[in-house]
Parts: sequence; C-alpha cells; structure tokens
Amino acid sequence: MPEADALPVAAPQKIDLAEDFQSSGVAEILRELDEELIGLAPVKQRIRETAALLLVDRARVKLGLAHETPTLHMSFTGNPGVGKTTVALKMAGLLHRLGYIRKGHLVSVTRDDLVGQYIGHTAPKTREVLKKAMGGVLFIDEAYYLYKPDNERDYGQEAIEILLQVMENHRDDLVVILAGYADRMDKFFASNPGFRSRIAHHIEFPDYTDAELLRIAETMLGRNEYAFDTGGRDAMRAYITARRALPHFANARSIRNALDRARLRQANRLFEAGAPVDAQTLSTLTEADISASRVFGGGLAHERSEG
Amino acid sequence: MRITQGCFSFLPDLTDEQIRAQVEYCLSNDWAIGIEYTDDPHPRNTYWNMWGNPMFDLKDAAGVLMELDACKKANPDVYIKLIAFDSTRGFETVRTAFLVQRPKVEPHFTMTRTDVAGRSMNYTLATVQP
Repeated sequence: MPEADALPVAAPQKIDLAEDFQSSGVAEILRELDEELIGLAPVKQRIRETAALLLVDRARVKLGLAHETPTLHMSFTGNPGVGKTTVALKMAGLLHRLGYIRKGHLVSVTRDDLVGQYIGHTAPKTREVLKKAMGGVLFIDEAYYLYKPDNERDYGQEAIEILLQVMENHRDDLVVILAGYADRMDKFFASNPGFRSRIAHHIEFPDYTDAELLRIAETMLGRNEYAFDTGGRDAMRAYITARRALPHFANARSIRNALDRARLRQANRLFEAGAPVDAQTLSTLTEADISASRVFGGGLAHERSEG
Repeated sequence: MRITQGCFSFLPDLTDEQIRAQVEYCLSNDWAIGIEYTDDPHPRNTYWNMWGNPMFDLKDAAGVLMELDACKKANPDVYIKLIAFDSTRGFETVRTAFLVQRPKVEPHFTMTRTDVAGRSMNYTLATVQP
C-alpha cells in the first residue's frame, strides 16, 4: 500500500512519566541513593530534579518535540569525605539508565593522570584517559590542581584545553564531573571561564551533622557485623564532636579511620584479657575502645603545637 | 588495483556506522585496538606504521573513532587498518584486522621473472606507486 508507506511512523500520543520512571530503572537508583547515603538532603534533591529533567527531556524526544542534547557536565563541591565519589558512581548509573551515556562506567582521575612530566607528554596522557572514559563518566577529583596560576609554563593548562575541547565536541560520548573543595573550585572557575560555561549542574555537598556521622558510624559497623554498646555509642558521640574541632577533619572518612583504630584497640583488649570470647564479645566496641583515642587529648602532638 | 587484505576486504568499504559496530564487537571481547597506516600495501609488508599505542581498557568505540579521525586527518591518502589484539593466554595474537581507509588511487604490483641457474625461475613482486 503506497499510501501507508508515505505516512510517518505514528509517534505515541501520551507518555506515562511515572511508568517511565519505574521502567527505566531510575526509581531504583534514586531509592538506592536514599537508602545507602545518610543525610545529604540537598544533594539528593538536586539529583532527583536532574533525573526529572532528563526524563521529561526523553519524553519530549519520544513525542517528537524540539530538543537539544542537554549539557550534563557537573561540578561537585564539598569538603572531603562527604560522598562525592559515591554520588558520582550513582550518577553514572543514573545517566546510563536514562540512555545519556552508553556504557555507564566511572573513570576517576586526579591531576597526575592527566598532566605529563615533560613537553609533549600531556596531550597523549589526557587523550588516553578521555578515550577510556568515553561512553561513561570522567570524574576529576580536586580539579583545581590542573590550573596553577603561579606557573605559566605548567602543563596543566594544556590538559585543560584538551578537556574543554572534548567536553564540547563529544558531549554525547562522555560526561565530565569536576570535584573539590568549594572555595578552591570557585577560584578555579573564576580563572577558567570556559569550564564554568560548559558546566550546567553545580551540586554542593554539605558537611554531615554530628547525628548523621553517628548513624554513618553505626552503618559502617553494621556492614562488618560490629556494634557499639551503650557506653561505646556515647563515647563515639563525644569523639565526633572532639574530632570535628581538630584539623584535617574529613567527615565520613575520618569516621571510617576512627572505627578501624577502635577495632584494633578492641582486638588488643580481647587478646590481652586472655579470657574465652563469644560472638557477642567479638562484635562489640565498648567505651574503652573509643575513649583511648588521642583525639580526646587534643589530637596528635605536632597538631597540638601548631594550634 | 583494489587491494584485498584483512577481513571484509571483498565487501564494499565499511561505512562509519559499520566500523563503529565492528569496534564495539572487538571491545566487547576485551580486545585491544590498534590503528596502523602505510602507503605500501605489499602483501609481505607486515609492519605498518603505528598511530599511537594500541588502546587497552577502552569501554566504548567513541575513543577509537576519535583516534581514527585524527589519523585520517593527518594521513588522508594512505591505507589505514584497525587491528584487534587478544591478550587472552593461548591466543596472544591479532584476532581481526580490517581496512578503514584506502588512497584515492591505489598502487598496483608488478612481477619480475628472472632466469637463474638451470631452468629455475625467480619471481619478484614489487609495489608500483601511481
């Protein structure tokens, strides 16, 4: 039937966004994000908004409305240990489910992976990393180290130029996420306007509150089948408050390190006691394991003398 | 003379879309892709010039195509082939190779017969550039 051939393929008249939300797997990722990450309410909100935008955009494409590929490059700013890398990983999964990146893997790099040691070394090195990240997300941690204003011959500038070019020309092939401390990222963007204009989503990661950190500590322990007793929990609460006041506080990462050390002390304590142990004793961290920390004495000796 | 070397060489030249699909297939098998080019397609010319190092650990064909475009731009009128290397123990060899660009006018070959001792004949094949 020649008449039928001439007709365009019928576009769907209606799209059920809620149905799309479930079937694309986006709902699942957002649920994982909610369950696995404690706190970070503003970040979760932003990601939900981004997901909604992309879903609507996809629906518009299906209905044949005008659209252009949205710019998806992002910057994650926040203090260390607030979950930037973890969220980037989820973001890669999200963009993959929505079909904006083809493979959905995350390539995490720092300045060392992009910038070379001598003339002519930087370009191949940066391109190598970019090629590996194609089809996925390139996560550049502490991106501001790429730009060193005090040294105009620094090879970082070359890496920046290649990055900008690929971010523009290969928008369909990869998504770049820059991460780092908020104040230094601001300075970085101010001196590299090319980056600012190519990044559509700026997401700020707030610090965790003390209560959130305590919950994080308990989740971390739970994963390894450990738990606090009542005294241990109180000591941990005091520890978090004390640790925050000290230099080099890295949110969840500090907590993880503290717990590792507490487990060390617990093992020593049980070993020196020499008494037979049961599963309950083996998996309980008590007050003694936490309060032996140097943090309560005002931190390490060299840090005390500084402050 | 139309050179027939490697896979698919008796088919019409691959389109960009077909090249992408072949590269995706190679990457899905965890083969490393190398780009090589030459102006001398002599059958015994095994060592073509390498365009950069072979690309290991790629996930997506876009990276290969980016390099291929750069190679085509720098060498618009030569033969370019993609080779896929399988590092699996026991293989450790090239699993497929195919031409992705030919010069506009291809060279041809000439054969020289040389009478040597007795009634033996030596044959020499040489590339004749257009």
